[in-house]
Amino acid sequence: MTVSADSREASSSATGGADRAPARSALRGRRPGGRSASLRVALEVAFFVGPALVLFSVFVVWPIIRAVQFSLYRWKGFGPLVDFVGLRNYVSVLTNDVFIGAFTHNMVIVVLSLLIQLPVGLAIALLLNRRMRGQGLLRTIIFVPYVLSEVIAGVVWFQLLQPEYGVIDTLLGAVGISGPEQGWLGTPDVALYTVFVVLTWKYLGLAVLLFLAGLQGVPDELIEAAEIDGASWWQIQRRVTVPLLGPTLRTWGFLSLIGSIQLFDMVWILTGGGPANATTTMATFLINEGTKRYNYGIATAASVILFAVALVLAIGYQYFVLRRDVVDADAGSRRVR
Amino acid sequence: MSTTPVARAIAVGAVAAVLAACGTGSEDTTESTADASGPVTISWWHNSNTDPGKAYYESVAKDFQTANPGVTIEISAMQHEDMLTKLDAAFQGGDAPDIYMERGGGELADHVEAGLTKDLSEQAKDVVDKLGGSVAGFQVDGKTYALPFSLGVVGFWYNKSLFEQAGITTPPATMDELYAAVDKLAAAGIAPVSVGAGDKWPAAHYWYYLALRECPEQVLKDAVKSLDFSDPCFIKAGEDLEKIIAAKPFNKGFLSTPAQTGPGSASGLLATGKVAMEMQGHWEPGVMQGLTEDKKGLGEDTGWFPFPSVAGGQGEQSAALGGGDAWGVAKDAPDAAVEFAKYLLSDEVQKGFAERDMGLPTNPAASGSVKDPALSGLLEVRDAAPYVQLYFDTAFGQSVGGAMNDEIALMFAGEATPQDIVEKTQQAADAEK
Repeated sequence: MTVSADSREASSSATGGADRAPARSALRGRRPGGRSASLRVALEVAFFVGPALVLFSVFVVWPIIRAVQFSLYRWKGFGPLVDFVGLRNYVSVLTNDVFIGAFTHNMVIVVLSLLIQLPVGLAIALLLNRRMRGQGLLRTIIFVPYVLSEVIAGVVWFQLLQPEYGVIDTLLGAVGISGPEQGWLGTPDVALYTVFVVLTWKYLGLAVLLFLAGLQGVPDELIEAAEIDGASWWQIQRRVTVPLLGPTLRTWGFLSLIGSIQLFDMVWILTGGGPANATTTMATFLINEGTKRYNYGIATAASVILFAVALVLAIGYQYFVLRRDVVDADAGSRRVR
Repeated sequence: MSTTPVARAIAVGAVAAVLAACGTGSEDTTESTADASGPVTISWWHNSNTDPGKAYYESVAKDFQTANPGVTIEISAMQHEDMLTKLDAAFQGGDAPDIYMERGGGELADHVEAGLTKDLSEQAKDVVDKLGGSVAGFQVDGKTYALPFSLGVVGFWYNKSLFEQAGITTPPATMDELYAAVDKLAAAGIAPVSVGAGDKWPAAHYWYYLALRECPEQVLKDAVKSLDFSDPCFIKAGEDLEKIIAAKPFNKGFLSTPAQTGPGSASGLLATGKVAMEMQGHWEPGVMQGLTEDKKGLGEDTGWFPFPSVAGGQGEQSAALGGGDAWGVAKDAPDAAVEFAKYLLSDEVQKGFAERDMGLPTNPAASGSVKDPALSGLLEVRDAAPYVQLYFDTAFGQSVGGAMNDEIALMFAGEATPQDIVEKTQQAADAEK
């Protein structure tokens, strides 16, 4: 029993830190108390936090400030910042059809990920959690795509999806199905969904891995108890396992949300935002405006907007979805103990 | 985590700031060395990073050093895309290499406006006079800021044996003949034309050429200066392009086909005999060689013909679309750098350049040294053209040119009208003013 309790604690701290507060108080209790130590503690904190804080300021905070500054100028990427245009860059980004399309595509990916990757990932995790032959091998196969670099995966899929001569079109042709006339990546109506399929292939492994880790944290005794009470496998999954998996699912949702909003690499390699802007994302939009068109003012304005969108969604998710986990987990752990 | 994309995007800014700090330091040193007659070091960036070009440029630099004691030339031979990225960063920091490659047009004008490049009109007057009309694309307000060393024109590269197979005896010279050739190829089961519309600019070249055929020279000259696209000939160019697209001559999946990366690219399809022709620049044979396993490209089958004439077009029917590379000299570079740039355009160096098929020489003395039959045919067309129009996206600058290319690519997808192309280009141009 101690084993399962340990692993449960480990997984819950990995998936959202539900037990962080008790852990911290335990740490404090272990320390030798007394006021004489307070200066030492302060120095210790400064020593450990200082370098990270400096790096964070130089590489995150300062660039953000500069980005906001750049976004108020018309600037081609070289020469002095002189052409102050106020909020004009923001207006031109927010009224740009391509940017609005890009924002929509990001949101489509967010929604599709939650609607498709979550249930599929969960189903696979539940299946792989059963004792079966080749379990380790199957888990590895599911997880391998995630280990591949995104760029390499993108280049491979790009080749597979080549119209007419690509592997996928050839295979489909062999069984008498013909793909879209312009190819999977070249047909505006299909391209975004093709990219989503590749993204699912790539990131499903992460979801499955996280869910499996979460499943390790579901105490065996609960399942045994349910079995003794005569619950079927389905009932156990629905009533016991999945509810206890809640914090993990919500954490995955957060990672997926953020990943979908900053989606860039895969789109850039597969389609570059094309065809006919059918797969642009906010990130490809700003890279295109910046490094291709040298409209650095507009690009930084778009990046500030992307930052704001990500910030609002992240905080909103934390507030409305993840906050419940602290309460849930506490109640849950009390129930378990 | 939510800051990552922003941090990524604006890392450019941080890099710029760091480079700026470095930049001012090294500028001082170059100035002081320029004043003194002591040893001078010149930095030279170019993109001939493979042989024979790489070795040739090394020997050229060595010859110059021998003839000019005290001058040291530091060569950085880079892959083309790498060079462009590094140049951007160097310009952002205000510290360009002493000699580097310029592409002319709006980009050069921006560099001039930002005070990055040296006016060569006086110091290199003899070379400028010798090059004649070729320098036109590298002048801003009548002053020459870069010396073009290679100028090519865009045209159709085709597979001679596939044309023969389809029963096409002479390359098409008019649009109607082009349509007839496309029909014949399609009837013979050969995909007629490949276009890398995924990269946008190869698709945009069609519109550019049609504008050349529809618009009188003066209208185009004025448009480059005034960024005013109200002349109806620009709409006509779009209408002509709609006709070409409606004839469906292009390879399957052309909307996502890249220009020249990989065997599935537009150049790759031509190089491997999967399509009969492609409209591309003078670099095409070299690109095709890199895309085939035997490094020969189409070899003997390589043919070239100029963009066909458009019946009823008001423009010059033999004008060519093209562009090239020129040596620019940084504003604060020592005088020896100008001397070296001039030396690179000398009869001797340009002849060696042409003999190695490194490009299409601009020095008339070297024209005879081009050996490749397809390239020398192209050179004839270039020299016979009444004028060579610089690629519009280069001429107008990336901001206007990018908007223009995007909209033309949309037309290939059937999502933009001739009117849209003109309107979006005008919008981007107005934002520049």
